[in-house]
Amino acid sequence: MPTTSPFTLDDLRRILREAAGEEEGVDLTGDIIDTDFTALGYESLALLETGGRIEREYDISLDDSALTDVVTPRGLIDIVNAQLAAAQSV
Amino acid sequence: MNARPLVTGLGVVAPNGLGLEEYWAATLAGRSAIGRITRFDPTDYPSRLAGEISGFDAREHLPSRLLPQTDRMTQLALVGADWSLTDAGIDAAELPDYAAGVITASHSGGFEFGQNELKALWSKGGRYVSAYQSFAWFYAVNSGQISIRHGLRGPSSVVVSDQAGGLDALAQARRQIRKGTSVVVAGAVDASICSWGWVAQLAGGRLATGDDAARAYLPFDEDARGHVPGEGGALLVVEDAEHARARGAQNVYGVLAGHAATMDPRPGSGRAPGIERAVEEALRDAGIGPDEVDVVFADAAAIPELDRAEAEAITKTFGPHGVPVTAPKTMTGRLYSGAAPLDVAAALLSIRDGIIPPTVGSSPNDRYDIDLVIGAPRPAPVRTALVLARGQGGFNSALVVRAADS
Repeated sequence: MPTTSPFTLDDLRRILREAAGEEEGVDLTGDIIDTDFTALGYESLALLETGGRIEREYDISLDDSALTDVVTPRGLIDIVNAQLAAAQSV
Repeated sequence: MNARPLVTGLGVVAPNGLGLEEYWAATLAGRSAIGRITRFDPTDYPSRLAGEISGFDAREHLPSRLLPQTDRMTQLALVGADWSLTDAGIDAAELPDYAAGVITASHSGGFEFGQNELKALWSKGGRYVSAYQSFAWFYAVNSGQISIRHGLRGPSSVVVSDQAGGLDALAQARRQIRKGTSVVVAGAVDASICSWGWVAQLAGGRLATGDDAARAYLPFDEDARGHVPGEGGALLVVEDAEHARARGAQNVYGVLAGHAATMDPRPGSGRAPGIERAVEEALRDAGIGPDEVDVVFADAAAIPELDRAEAEAITKTFGPHGVPVTAPKTMTGRLYSGAAPLDVAAALLSIRDGIIPPTVGSSPNDRYDIDLVIGAPRPAPVRTALVLARGQGGFNSALVVRAADS
């Protein structure tokens, strides 16, 4: 079993860029793990698109509420990793 | 109702010129952009020519945040709006809330974006469809995206009446200025040169066939046999004259002086087409007689029966060979909603520079008694221009633009 989390902040950064681009004046490469998505320039639709891309790339299913309630990258990464762990244990 | 709607900014994205002066130089030089389609392989289609915009890279002009959520027509419209506001010298952030709006026309929405998402749906499944499909295809999306980008929260809308819509949007901007809005970004950009958009156009039965770019789109010519589609258009800054004066506007191209829109009668009714009444009512709305019009920018359908209706409407009002008529859209193809705002831009530049751009390719048929400007641009003092546009389904629209001091 790998000891590191399978879904990392770098994975999220890449998918955010592909899904919704990068807000001018925001540095996604910085320390953003606890920064609100709204402060990063991503609204609900951008997160919906991001979630869709995570779902198909990692073959998991995220609840709609997971994407609408999540506030920060850390929150989303935790949800994705919980889903991946659950899928692995089946 | 006394506010005068001036045009104080022009933003052009045309097949034969990205940017106002580039477009105008190409148009006066008679440079056509019509050629074989490159945006998809047209080999198996009966119509294979289009007026494409080449060399447009949205990444050079727009933030990456906007790219995944926009169709090509929206990217072009956003850039056109940026250029128009810059040309006007307006920083939208400095305007009061609700002082400025956006009114565009749309012919078919974001077709290419929709095509790509439909492809994803049927080849890979629903989870591959972009969340942005929810609005990227929509008719009103150009108004919405321009509004969001510049914080323009005043009266905003979209007009859908095919090619006539380009003038109807400017007329709606004029109404909003008269009701007290200071600034409206108005006009249209359409761009649906993709295989799905193409089959929709083919179904309309009005596209020219064949591969000879120089002999494909020939309005008022003996060989008129349909049009060549193009992509692009123009966004104009329409501004209350008092507002423009107070801020010392750097460019005043002219005034939107009169407009009328009519519908054609039911097919087979025997009644006259509505274009003639649109011309008469637009002149009446402008408070001028035919003798004051210096040039007509024709709709130029290149369908014999439609050419005849337009030529007759012009000769009935202005007399045989009574006014110069031109169709610079012969260099771009028909841009649907984008065509008429581009013609209005050209008309305003004709006023500015005292020169009428040519119609290319066509030799006017003798049965039309119109003075078509062909071959080369014609120097002439231009104070007042009439722009005509018709949409499939019976839409007719006519707009009078005049020099601001007229």
